[in-house]
Amino acid sequence: MLVSRRLTSHPLVSFIRRNSTAAEPPPAGGHLPSIATSQILRSTRERALRTPGLVWNDDEDTNSIVSVGRECRKMNVYQAVRDALSIALTKNDNAVVFGEDIAFGGVFRCTMGLAEEFGRERVFNTPLTEQGIAGFAIGMAAMGHTAIAEIQFADYIYPAFDQLVNEAAKIRYRSGGQFNVGGLTIRTPTMSVGHGGLYHSQSPEGFFMGASGLKIVIPRSPIQAKGLLLSSIRDPNPVIFMEPKILYRSAIEQVPIDDFSLPLGRAETLVSGADLTLLTWGTPIYHCETALHLLADPPPELAPHIPESVRKAKIELIDLRSILPWDAEAVAESVSRTGRLVIVHEAGMTAGVGAEIASEVQKRCFLRLAAPVKRVTGWDTPVPLQYEKFYIPDAIRIMDSIVETLSY
Amino acid sequence: MASLARLRVSRRLPQLARGIQTSADTTQLQDAPPSESSQPFTVKLHEDSFRAHNCDKPELDVQVSKDQLLGWYKQMQTMRRMEMAADALYKAKLIRGFCHLAIGQEAVSVGLEAGITPEDRVITAYRCHPFAVLRGGSIKGVIGELLGRQVGMSHGKGGSMHIFTPSFFGGNGIVGAQVPVGAGIAFAQKYLEKDTATFALYGDGASNQGQVFEAFNMAKLWNLPCVFVCENNKYGMGTSAERSSSNTEYFTRGDKIPGLQVNGMDIIATKQAVEYARQWTVAEKKGPLLLEFVTYRYGGHSMSDPGTTYRTREEVQRMRSTQDPIRGLQRYIEEWGVASEQELKQLDKEAKATVDAAVEEAKASPEPLVKDLWTDIYYKGTEPPFMRGREREEIHHY
Repeated sequence: MLVSRRLTSHPLVSFIRRNSTAAEPPPAGGHLPSIATSQILRSTRERALRTPGLVWNDDEDTNSIVSVGRECRKMNVYQAVRDALSIALTKNDNAVVFGEDIAFGGVFRCTMGLAEEFGRERVFNTPLTEQGIAGFAIGMAAMGHTAIAEIQFADYIYPAFDQLVNEAAKIRYRSGGQFNVGGLTIRTPTMSVGHGGLYHSQSPEGFFMGASGLKIVIPRSPIQAKGLLLSSIRDPNPVIFMEPKILYRSAIEQVPIDDFSLPLGRAETLVSGADLTLLTWGTPIYHCETALHLLADPPPELAPHIPESVRKAKIELIDLRSILPWDAEAVAESVSRTGRLVIVHEAGMTAGVGAEIASEVQKRCFLRLAAPVKRVTGWDTPVPLQYEKFYIPDAIRIMDSIVETLSY
Repeated sequence: MASLARLRVSRRLPQLARGIQTSADTTQLQDAPPSESSQPFTVKLHEDSFRAHNCDKPELDVQVSKDQLLGWYKQMQTMRRMEMAADALYKAKLIRGFCHLAIGQEAVSVGLEAGITPEDRVITAYRCHPFAVLRGGSIKGVIGELLGRQVGMSHGKGGSMHIFTPSFFGGNGIVGAQVPVGAGIAFAQKYLEKDTATFALYGDGASNQGQVFEAFNMAKLWNLPCVFVCENNKYGMGTSAERSSSNTEYFTRGDKIPGLQVNGMDIIATKQAVEYARQWTVAEKKGPLLLEFVTYRYGGHSMSDPGTTYRTREEVQRMRSTQDPIRGLQRYIEEWGVASEQELKQLDKEAKATVDAAVEEAKASPEPLVKDLWTDIYYKGTEPPFMRGREREEIHHY
């Protein structure tokens, strides 16, 4: 699967050139040439139904493990999110969806038609009032409601930071278990879009990592988005669900149309390997996949920089999926086998999620490590508009770090 | 800056003089109290007990009974005793951390409870101890929580600002954060078609927080049964209302939400205003309402604030001697022949005995178990596999 040699040298050349100062517009295919051809996406019904960890949530049918006869439909991420919201609203009369401009579909179309289908009492616009939205949602959830709120961009979550960290995360603890806001789910689009700049391309997941009581989930694909979102909505803890915004349209899979869930707090191994663990979540998964292709089969321009000895390395690619709590067992197990870890995330390096993971892994796997844990991340600057593609870790940087770590 | 502030104060003084009446003892008896102690009789509030903004004032004629008056007296006296006990325990270093007392503001908490039903919801900030007890908690539970003991209402895991009952959504430590939460609670009440309201309390200091206005807007936009209650005790921490707020008429700050300013020192006025607000939001379904109780705190903002650096001792003394809510009620009771001084002294003794017994019980309760450090973070069974403890070696595995 990994060594499918679909990438011709042409898109790679253009890929590399876009990272230079050439003043050409990006190709019409989008910024991520690897997504359309990604092997990670489950583009057939058979593969979709074999998604690891998938659990059917059927109403009557107790024989819910059976995947035979299940229907799938081609969806992108925003359609999968909409599908999950629709199921949540159908099955739970106390579920309510609200946020800025969501009644007419939201800026990313994740709530298209929900207001018409479920009524404006249950799917409604809020004022532009992030702290208020979070507080309001917490109040509803404290009454036992299922509150599914949208913060229009993860970059706008900072006004709500106090409500989420001080109220949502702590209410169970500080009330000695009497109150909780388990019905709260905050959906928010995250990560870079290529030209979002300072206030539309940030990845704030790391800021919430110390807020025990919260869960943070980041899906990579339509199936993952639907299953993890339904799990998040039904999880008895408040969950911040961050949807990588560039994947809304570009990641397409066959998605089962029934109600199903995927486990929170569990990483998923996408590619097995024995020589190096490559850990990431969200959009960079596809950059990582591209990096693995580049490593195994470098184009002529890159070949001189990639020693023959590392080209046959078996790289284990893991999608962390849940940032809090994160699957330390799975990561440590993998690194204990491979001895090498490269962590990729879009947020800046200092005190990013990678820092916490690196620290825990060096503790658990110290004697197994053959190289220092490497982090490939955004730089410690704001996300710059014109230099966004320099900021975001791309396939070349990831591949370079893999080579460096393998040949340490 | 100082001269500017002085100017402002002096300009406002005549307005205040014509404004709200905050004496605790200006309510007049209209007809002689009946001998039956549960029989209501009419009293008349001072005509300046209320100021209204885009709404009518409540009736000045109020029905009360002897039982009610004595009940309120006992509650107020007990609440004050409890806060005094907390004060003493804090000074004895048995209570640590942050602790905000409501001595002087008893007419608000007791008056609120008198005007609402058990099904209504209340949420407030950190000055929360009396509300927690009146909403179905216990003195033992509050003191126990302050002491960090198992018997505390949050099992000793919260502390002073973190006390809850099924109808009381807690004290909150972050200034103003409880106000949008209250709007959300009110939305759930409306959604569930319950004939109840949420009373979201905040102080004059919090009224300048952005999210308070966010909550106002949403509540009015969606016509939520939410009463925003501003307890104006004239100082937001160490800054007087005049120095912190461009508009100190807090009851007018809801934009399209009507407001009512209330003498927060006279329990009969506070109870009448709360009933009016409940009628407005629940029975008449007119949406949210602002209530501003003009009151006064005798102590500092918190235990670490002596409360005398930004106001004079004379000012505090004057408020205590002329506008004390408990003394005011005591005067009504004695003058109207509801009970004698001796009978009230007996109630005082009972209040003290109740509090003393609760304090002893709370002190006897053990501290939370070490294993409870890790409980109530996530829903049981959905925790992460492990969580770090107090030192390097201490790691809790779920």
